[in-house]
Amino acid sequence: MALSIRKFDVVIVGAGGSGLRAALELSSAGLKVAVLSKVFPTRSHTVAAQGGVGAALGNMGEDSWQWHMYDTIKGSDWLGDQDAIEFMCRMAPEVVIELEHFGMPFDRNDNGTIYQRPFGGHSANFGEKPVQRSCCAADRTGHAMLHALYQRNVYARTQFFVEWMALDLVRDAEGAVLGVTALEMETGQVVLFHAKATLFATGGGGRIFHSSTNAFINTGDGVGMAARAGIPLEDMEFWQFHPTGVAGAGVLITEGVRGEGGILLNKNGERFMERYAPHVKDLASRDVVSRAMATEIKEGRGAGEHADHILLKLDHLGPEVIDKRLPGIREIAIKFANVDPIKEPIPVVPTCHYQMGGIPTNYRGEVVVPEGGAVPGFYAAGECGCASIHGANRLGTNSLTDLLVMGKSAGMSVLEYLKGQGSHRPLPKDAGENALARLARLDGQQGGEDVNEVRGEIQRTMQAHCGVFRFPDMLAQGVEKIRALEGRMGRTGIKDKSKVFNTARIEALELDNIYETARATMVCAQAREESRGAHDRADFPKRDDEKWLKHSLWYKAGDRLAYKAVNLKPLTVESIEPKARVY
Amino acid sequence: MPVDERERERLRWRSRRGLLELDLVLQRFWAPPGPEIDAAQGRALAKLLAMPDNDLLDLVMDRVPNADPALEQMLVRLKAA
Repeated sequence: MALSIRKFDVVIVGAGGSGLRAALELSSAGLKVAVLSKVFPTRSHTVAAQGGVGAALGNMGEDSWQWHMYDTIKGSDWLGDQDAIEFMCRMAPEVVIELEHFGMPFDRNDNGTIYQRPFGGHSANFGEKPVQRSCCAADRTGHAMLHALYQRNVYARTQFFVEWMALDLVRDAEGAVLGVTALEMETGQVVLFHAKATLFATGGGGRIFHSSTNAFINTGDGVGMAARAGIPLEDMEFWQFHPTGVAGAGVLITEGVRGEGGILLNKNGERFMERYAPHVKDLASRDVVSRAMATEIKEGRGAGEHADHILLKLDHLGPEVIDKRLPGIREIAIKFANVDPIKEPIPVVPTCHYQMGGIPTNYRGEVVVPEGGAVPGFYAAGECGCASIHGANRLGTNSLTDLLVMGKSAGMSVLEYLKGQGSHRPLPKDAGENALARLARLDGQQGGEDVNEVRGEIQRTMQAHCGVFRFPDMLAQGVEKIRALEGRMGRTGIKDKSKVFNTARIEALELDNIYETARATMVCAQAREESRGAHDRADFPKRDDEKWLKHSLWYKAGDRLAYKAVNLKPLTVESIEPKARVY
Repeated sequence: MPVDERERERLRWRSRRGLLELDLVLQRFWAPPGPEIDAAQGRALAKLLAMPDNDLLDLVMDRVPNADPALEQMLVRLKAA
């Protein structure tokens, strides 16, 4: 297959919040910037963000970035790097005001300042009382952010390559990153984007789980490409889950349902939360409820044909209460669970929401590895990157803050890097061959494994063996199962071999990324013998700072693990020392 | 006259959305053996898929009325999916 080459100063993969923010920084400086995206930029998964952007503007009362920093570190269960967290919290007000000036229609107070809503986990005076810190645009914050940033990028002459899928990184013998290979869906043509700097902003890979709130595009593409190029992945065992997503669909059922009197039942019709939390029962905290649900399923008391979900019963509340207080929930249950909660319980299951780990970076968005520090020419931001701001658990509203701050920061770092660079580094002779070989293997495969079946197998394995609450026997079996899938992964096949808009080919290529993301997650989770933040183990129920106050690094080659220290030293203020995380 | 195979594939890819809810609705719409789509329906679907995710979801969930009669037939099919 012919490989044409296009030259840019910078190539950015992904056009969600962080990709667009980084692109704007670079295009505004006059650089020639290519942004590749599988879907139209404003249909990136950032559009799903409703909660807001966390920033200590202090518009609703006293607030400070130090308090935001404390909340973020505590939220991370002390696994977050405190230099990166200080950086994000200090820069948050600046990027929010910038976004306002870009045209973002934030909700406002009567005096014209940005309105800020309360959000769980955010406090004033180091945990003393709740604070209103989330800047939002009604329930369409992500949508408004994408539109504001996209329009500014059009003005700044960013070149968008829409419906292009990045395939693999291009590195030279010294390990420098020289760009990516990418497939144009319209033509099936593969192009090598030769760049002085390459920035990944590909979002999370939540589709590795059977039950996920993530859109179908979230297949861990950046993480997969990095892993195949020899870059380790950091803290991949940490995924945020929500206790009640519609089983088999992933759409969230708000926790308000239990607040209004909804109760959880196992297959025997038992209100099992009475055993796990005798006083508060179904109103126990998110982690307690998730753990109880996972235990019921693991011990064979799950409902349904595959005994794989829990029932959320509302019918006892009566149609008036359901219609009046929970109208959206009835709509969701009918549409996505095919049940009317006035008559039947809703099947629910703990559901994956957010990836805390990813491609290891520092707070400047430079990809850093133990072997030699910063990888020349390679940057990552947003959910695919791990700075590490969120550590073992992300605080609500900090995902959008991360997008803006890290997108801008990575953009600024690229600008600085390019000042010292002359022309493009020369491409090695075999540049792009890894991606071409992957495509040739797929096209040449006769009677191969069905992509949908293998994806389903990965997702079910991750859900059952590495879900919200993790058991040692299940993890051990999970590692075996995921490793055993390697053979099938090498034989995936597609029946449709056409070049033009071949969605089967795209889904097969995505599956490679899903597999890398899943395997890293499973191996890291089995190795981490403690419970911290979102990583919750039945056999090691406590956090163990003596042994495990460190980041995991997973290498694809040899399924190898290494570890690196958590940076407990902020940039300018005193360290916030680890203590129990109690709310 | 049905839309040609490549146009079908293009529409199928554009059914990949930023919102999971739309992914699920459209996944059902495309479920094997796949929907029959003629040229006019293809144009209507393309127009719906070009809408912002939140606006399309509001239409599909009946939260707002549809103002474009040319889209109605396709919208009814999506809602029924």
